Amino acid sequence: MPGAEGPVGPRTDGGLGGGQRPRDRRRHILGDVFAVVCGAATLVGVVALAILLFDVVRDGVGQVDLAFLTSFASRFPERAGVKAALAGSVWILGLTALIAFPISVSAAIYLEEYAAQNWITRLIQLNIANLAGVPSIVYGILGLTVFVRALGLERSIISGALTLSLLILPVIIIAAQEAIRAVPDSIRQASYGLGATRWQTVSRQVLPMAMPGILTGTILALSRAVGETAPLIMVGAVGFIAFTPSGLGDQFTVLPLQIFNWISRPQDEFHVLAAAGILVLLALLLSMNAAAILLRNHYQKNRN
Amino acid sequence: MVPSAPDLSFRSGRNRNERIIGAILFLCAALSTLVTVGIVGVLLTQSFAFFRQVSVVEFLTSTQWTPLFQDKNFGILPLAAGSFLIAGGAAIIALPTGLLAAVYLSEYAAHRTRRILKPLLEILAGIPTVVYGYFALTFITPILRSIWPETDVFNAASGAIVVGVMIIPTVASLSEDALSAVPDTLRQGAYGLGATKLEVSTRVVIPGALSGILASFILAISRAIGETMAVTIAAGNLPNLTLNPMESIQTMTAYIVQASLGDTPQGSLAHQTLYAVGLTLFLITLSMNVVSQWILGRFREEYE
Repeated sequence: MPGAEGPVGPRTDGGLGGGQRPRDRRRHILGDVFAVVCGAATLVGVVALAILLFDVVRDGVGQVDLAFLTSFASRFPERAGVKAALAGSVWILGLTALIAFPISVSAAIYLEEYAAQNWITRLIQLNIANLAGVPSIVYGILGLTVFVRALGLERSIISGALTLSLLILPVIIIAAQEAIRAVPDSIRQASYGLGATRWQTVSRQVLPMAMPGILTGTILALSRAVGETAPLIMVGAVGFIAFTPSGLGDQFTVLPLQIFNWISRPQDEFHVLAAAGILVLLALLLSMNAAAILLRNHYQKNRN
Repeated sequence: MVPSAPDLSFRSGRNRNERIIGAILFLCAALSTLVTVGIVGVLLTQSFAFFRQVSVVEFLTSTQWTPLFQDKNFGILPLAAGSFLIAGGAAIIALPTGLLAAVYLSEYAAHRTRRILKPLLEILAGIPTVVYGYFALTFITPILRSIWPETDVFNAASGAIVVGVMIIPTVASLSEDALSAVPDTLRQGAYGLGATKLEVSTRVVIPGALSGILASFILAISRAIGETMAVTIAAGNLPNLTLNPMESIQTMTAYIVQASLGDTPQGSLAHQTLYAVGLTLFLITLSMNVVSQWILGRFREEYE
């Protein structure tokens, strides 16, 4: 088709072979300036990220060693460590995953594979979209009132994990729905054609294909839970604990809370500890994201 | 649908299991609705107890917030002003930067550049907010104080700057989705008329994606209002009805944290303030999210 390779980008020569009018030259210079401004705007975020990481590493890297990882919090900065906080974060991570993953994926399966197109489905869907936008501190108020007080779970790990599970529920549901929606319909039709029931189709065909996307979304949501501070302050996680939790009813602290506790103190020594704690937290988040990428690659390889 | 087969006993067992599974999946999806009911129920009942002792008029018009003092005042205005000062400052930084970054990613960047830049912006979005708080307090505040020595140690400007950086990825990624959804034929039509890339971007693509961009702006501002830890750490805990960003302030979210950290006895008026402020915060962010979705819903109709 003639003209198919027509201009899709700016033609600096105007297609007339030189001899531009001054007005056109001005337009093109303005265009170049705009391109640079847009590129610079994109770099603002990247540069901010670089400065932030540089700032934290510079302040904290000297403090991170084995003793820091294996010591409890202390009044004396030189003896303080993140043992209780790291253990608490790992507990919260595991419990939140155990609670939130099955419920969210089931909800996503229902909405994508089972739900009829009626007002109940639309209501649930609208509700999930709105829940995703509720500030995390509001979930903290809910957790404090329902789990800590009404259900009498006190200021325990399970209160914290339940609160964070509610917080990331909509995030995982939305990611899982997208992953399930991406499975081609021909797979489902072939499965039904062979006489499979709906659940057999979902559990043996749709879910395995959607799993890489679901897992990636879940791990990203869990990273958010691990980085959360405000809701856990509400449900009463404390900043100063000298034991590792051994059961669901134990008091606990987590890395972000320990960091907040250290930042809140005026002495510089504690700010150094906060920076070191941030490095441990970022390392934990980074390894979770690496795990997400590895899992996704693993599943994708098996599928082919 | 699976057509009926002669082996009816076998089918009925299958069907019963199918119904049970369907019911379990539905319960998981319905649970998300229960979360909303829980949030609204908790906030409303507890706030009701608060508003039996403090009139709604005083709550909305009094210019002082001193619930923990001898001379008690319950005016939400200083806290709301604090939240909007942070959100306004963050918007000044994030809205233009995020939109220009979106234009760059959607209109200018080569495929390879996008593959590097987008994950970097996602990392920026994944940094825990307590880390942003540390960055504000130990890096941005000292810079502000060296330029304007009269700046308070805890000040709104520092909080607004980090919250602005924090919501750049929200604006950039949602706006980019909207820009990319504008059909290529519109761009090619404009190029065919001799327009430069700047002219195509600002007069064709951005107007075509305006509703999506607007929705991303509202959602980002709503996030800034709900942000908790960075403003608690950087902006201070002093309810202050001011427009001066160099002063110490307190946001609604920071007050909720402060109130839950202290030892306010359960059932006391001071404790119930937590729910009244939480309800205000919830209503503000919810209405912004609903408006944002409504705009987005209209936008979808345009090109489909």
